[in-house]
Amino acid sequence: MTPLQRVQEQFAKDLIETHTFRGDETLIIRPQALKAVAKFLKETAELDFNFLMDLTAVDYLFFAGGRIQKEFRFEVVYHFYSLKTNHRLRIKVPLAEDHPEVDTLTDLWPGANWYEREVWDMFGIRFKGHPNLKRILMYEQFQGHPLRKDYPFNRRQPLIGPPN
Amino acid sequence: MATQTRTMLLNVGPSHPAMHGVIRLIMELDGEKIKNVDVEIGYLHRAFEKMCETVMYAQCFPYTDRLNYVSPLINNVGFAMTVEKLLEIDIPERAKYIRVIMSEISRVTDHLTCIGATAMELGAMSVFLYMIKAREYLYELVEEITGARLTISYVRIGGVKADLTPGFTDKCFQKIADVRKVLIESDELLTRNRIFFDRMKDIGIISAQDAISHGITGPFLRSTGVAYDVRKANPYLIYDRLDFEVPVGTKGDNLDRYFVRMAEMEQSLRIIEQCFQQIPNGPIAGELTGCVIPAAQMVDRAKMGQTEDLIEDEVDLDPTLQGSTKKYSKSINTNRRDVVLPPKEETYGNIEGLMNHFKLVMYGHGIRPPIGEVYFPVEGANGELGFYIVSDGRDQPWRVRVHPPCFPIMAALPQCLIGSMMADLVPTFGSVNMIAGELDR
Amino acid sequence: MPFMSSAANFFTSKMSEALGWARKYSIFQYPFVTACCGMEYMSTAAGHYDVDRFGAGFPRFSPRQSDVLFVVGTISHKMAPVLKTVYDQMCEPKWVVAFGVCTCTGGFYDNYATVQGIDTIIPVDIYIPGCPPRPENVIDGLMKLQEKIQKGEQSRTLYDPRTKIGRPASLAQGYSISQHMKNIEASL
Repeated sequence: MTPLQRVQEQFAKDLIETHTFRGDETLIIRPQALKAVAKFLKETAELDFNFLMDLTAVDYLFFAGGRIQKEFRFEVVYHFYSLKTNHRLRIKVPLAEDHPEVDTLTDLWPGANWYEREVWDMFGIRFKGHPNLKRILMYEQFQGHPLRKDYPFNRRQPLIGPPN
Repeated sequence: MATQTRTMLLNVGPSHPAMHGVIRLIMELDGEKIKNVDVEIGYLHRAFEKMCETVMYAQCFPYTDRLNYVSPLINNVGFAMTVEKLLEIDIPERAKYIRVIMSEISRVTDHLTCIGATAMELGAMSVFLYMIKAREYLYELVEEITGARLTISYVRIGGVKADLTPGFTDKCFQKIADVRKVLIESDELLTRNRIFFDRMKDIGIISAQDAISHGITGPFLRSTGVAYDVRKANPYLIYDRLDFEVPVGTKGDNLDRYFVRMAEMEQSLRIIEQCFQQIPNGPIAGELTGCVIPAAQMVDRAKMGQTEDLIEDEVDLDPTLQGSTKKYSKSINTNRRDVVLPPKEETYGNIEGLMNHFKLVMYGHGIRPPIGEVYFPVEGANGELGFYIVSDGRDQPWRVRVHPPCFPIMAALPQCLIGSMMADLVPTFGSVNMIAGELDR
Repeated sequence: MPFMSSAANFFTSKMSEALGWARKYSIFQYPFVTACCGMEYMSTAAGHYDVDRFGAGFPRFSPRQSDVLFVVGTISHKMAPVLKTVYDQMCEPKWVVAFGVCTCTGGFYDNYATVQGIDTIIPVDIYIPGCPPRPENVIDGLMKLQEKIQKGEQSRTLYDPRTKIGRPASLAQGYSISQHMKNIEASL
């Protein structure tokens, strides 16, 4: 039984969708269930997803030029990796535009700390229970979240010098 | 009367003599002991991910060069492989070998720079000069193939830009021998050097458990004894046909990381040698046999409609475009016309080729992968370098995310530093091999 | 007295010439290394290309001890105040070299995070474009800097993006292949 099927079985009611594209197994789950799923992945002996390889987010505002309408604007994307079984799994959590918030994973993986700060910095997605949620790449005075699709790529907010 | 002590705050960086890279550490010191460290990054944030959303797929390569600028070829390969996974492309054998050779050369330059810089910061200036000398040998090789020393943009989606030059094999073996000599010299200078040894040993220890929970990969993880290497775990390109070892350490201290890097360079050199034994012989650039005419002349003839025997002719190109001719293009590029630029003879000589070329380079056309998302990891010099690309079916990526191997290591830096002395910061930071371009993107 | 003043002029001009000569062969540089260009800076400084031949082999990592500021690599808006502080800490006379196209104009990082040329923040004497510039290019820039030091010239003005004054015309206009080809033909 693949990890995908295991999670499907365990969390049937929290699952929105699963798919496998080019060999990448993906689960889309409801935000409330994230922590339970992550805990299950990490602590179940035969799954043993001990690496949180990557954590990022995607903004789907006007996806494909507005042709594809997504129900939720943001998706937080988690990539897990198991050293023991050499298996990879992607989990996506859709979040609505107003007040996007999801549980933090810092207590399960300390490495999630900086990734979550980066997602907050770049997308403005909050992580409930994060110990130190502040900007990491940009400076504190920066207004807005640059990787959101409605932030123009060349809107500058210099600390010193002309705004050119 | 009891004396009162208080801690002191010390700011290191973002521009500091002993730190090669822009990073700021705010340390709380108790005497000389480090009690707490706050790491601040972001001083080289150049918006790689945002810029990639504004350009076409093929135009992302220059930006990927500047991620980990010490080993740019691996970044190129990683990005190209991710897009190829999205497009379901398989590239020719020869291109695979060329990619592996170039990535391993890059890996050696990266480790040379890391160890050289660490040694310099610990006072061993001559090792730094030796290692930069060795790196210069490898840059000459890279320059011969790619036309640039550092930011090369050599890999293309579906292949590589140019074929190996004639006589490259011999030159490469010569340079490998030179690099080996430098490695032996540096090994003699460093490994039994009391100062170097004492400053590296038992400093900056991290346990395997902690490293895994932070998501650390690469030499940093391997120094703790975990033999995780993407080249072994998920072999890409032709790594499964090569015989190489994954060196591991035992303790996870700075000295182990130094040994792992030294051993990995040797393995990389071995990989290059094996690749030259296995590489299928395609046509080697330089052996032009047909009637060779300059590019401008070919364009003029085609414009005049004198195209009868043009199909037989070969075009004489600028050296920077070498390899994109009819004869070589096939052996180093895949034959998907919607991805790879046509050989220059076709672009200059007939209208179909010209249209094909324009369809790939014009805005609003270009390479159009299907809607979907993929993640593909390659083994970078610092660890797992993964690209996550979301495509919306247009010619520009919807989202490009790079998983930078430095990022989790820097997040775990306080763990290595707390409890050690102030002076231990320098070797620990050196052995991390922080590359700001990759860390801050 | 006219004779006396011209003699005094003679001596001061000779004196400043001697000073310039002494200065140009003892460049104490502060490498403000941030990014990719640092790799080429290392190559240039190390044995293979050896800037020690030009008396610039000894980097001082303290702004107060150095007289040429090499700004090597992209400057982001977060880094800009630090650069300004470092520049202000340097003692007179001081020169600034913009190393790499990111420091000259911002290069292809035309985005929210990057300063579009450090000459909007601090005055720049020598621009070395290239992404990154080759070591030969750097040495060429260094020799131009030496000429400038010999003459005792220093740049004092900032670039104003609104009026487009204060930056070499070739940089302000961008790179033109046709102009480049013309230059090559003219030089042959």
